[in-house]
Amino acid sequence: MSKVPADLKYTKTHEWLRTLPDGTIEVGITDHAQHALGDLVFVEVPEAGRAVKAGEPCAVVESVKAASDVYSPVTGEVTAGNPKLASEPEVVNTDAYGGGWLMRVRPVAGGPAAELLTAAEYEKLQHEEGD
Amino acid sequence: MGRQTPLYQLHRELGARIVDFGGWDMPVQYSSQIGEHHAVRRAAGVFDVSHMCVVDLKGARVRPFLRLLLANDVEKLVRPGKALYSCMLNDSGGVLDDLIVYYLADSWFRVVVNAGTRDKDLAWIRQHAREFDIGVLERTDFAMLAVQGPEARAKVAKLLSRVGAATALELDTFVGREIDGWFIARTGYTGEDGFEVMLPAADAERVWRELNALGVASCGLGARDTLRLEAGMNLYGNDMDESTHPFESGLAWTVAMDAAGTARERTFIGRKALEVIKAQGSARKLVGLLLEDRGVLRSHQQVVAPGIGTGEITSGTFSPTLERSIALARVPTGTGQQVQVDIRGKLLNARVVKPPFVRFGQALVAAGPGGTATTNPTKHGDRT
Repeated sequence: MSKVPADLKYTKTHEWLRTLPDGTIEVGITDHAQHALGDLVFVEVPEAGRAVKAGEPCAVVESVKAASDVYSPVTGEVTAGNPKLASEPEVVNTDAYGGGWLMRVRPVAGGPAAELLTAAEYEKLQHEEGD
Repeated sequence: MGRQTPLYQLHRELGARIVDFGGWDMPVQYSSQIGEHHAVRRAAGVFDVSHMCVVDLKGARVRPFLRLLLANDVEKLVRPGKALYSCMLNDSGGVLDDLIVYYLADSWFRVVVNAGTRDKDLAWIRQHAREFDIGVLERTDFAMLAVQGPEARAKVAKLLSRVGAATALELDTFVGREIDGWFIARTGYTGEDGFEVMLPAADAERVWRELNALGVASCGLGARDTLRLEAGMNLYGNDMDESTHPFESGLAWTVAMDAAGTARERTFIGRKALEVIKAQGSARKLVGLLLEDRGVLRSHQQVVAPGIGTGEITSGTFSPTLERSIALARVPTGTGQQVQVDIRGKLLNARVVKPPFVRFGQALVAAGPGGTATTNPTKHGDRT
């Protein structure tokens, strides 16, 4: 069974969100997602300044097998893409909830957001999808 | 649920992720696809290839039958046990399948065809076998294991009798023979040395476990695909099919227009169409690509040859050995050394190289940034 930290929020499309002290939101893909994708060999993260919209593709993660879109869970402006992933995409496999973060976004106040799940709800979703 | 090989339960037990492949439930990976890939390049790995279709062809006229059926010439097979890689063409010169044919005895040949083309192939073979009075028998009693890598032959030898081991280790490349009740051939689809072993289905699980105990890694179809692509070997359905001919599929070397060892023309199915194509010159060719920018080449991405035209990637992946993306692509014949590939709307730079990319564990193209990809003089390994 994959790890699902209790202090994070999740999306149905297997992203996680962490609210940082400065109010920006850190986004990555879940342990379940990285496991399903397999060894990641290429990650394309958005550049700082890019506007992202909730539910729209904001990053691409590619395993040996296939390319997959990552969807932004919030609407806002990217403050940083994880620079380490250009040379070390495998960090998403080994540390999905830490060093494998994809982007940080400053959300638009009151802007639209994807439906967010608690850790318990996300675990249930994984179970239903046959983890 | 698809068809299952005799090893299906073992794959589940070993934690494999199972996917559909040509109607079969097959293991795509056990733990790490890249780890399995490196195990084969550096030591040894075992693949379940029991989904492939083994067909015995028997009859006094089996040799003339295969000379008609196949685009390569079985007259090249002089010594019993010798194998030949060939395309089977339709009347328009399109590739019905690629296969390996073994000469076992004067009235007995064995072909191994792809799983996804089994029904079509058997129908085609039976249709043409009738007038030659050939018996066509699918060997569903076999399981087939591919044991590949620099240590693979020595590992398999440990499972054999003393005489059997000595016999197996003396096999030349592209030769197979019956040893200790198994059919063992020095063939493969990885660009490494190794054996492909046909054995009674009931033995397969025990043998797999014994190989694991000897340090041979369980490997899935994912690693099989990256290994074959690094080795510059075509995959049927990706790199060629009924709508493409051998000359635009990197397979001209497998077409024997003249009888083996002579300048005399010979007859085979698809020949007339190929003659026309050859006279006009093929409009397209299959080339290797090495991506110079960051990203991953995938099948169906568009290739742009500046000032020449466009083509398409037929197989693409990340190469674990080169740590770069590589591909096979069908492009206009006039395409030069440099192309661009459309990846999600961005045009990225790729260099045209001659496959194979990797052979016997060694990179054959320079993969470093700004490096010059070398042209390699060898031809598609041992698949001649």
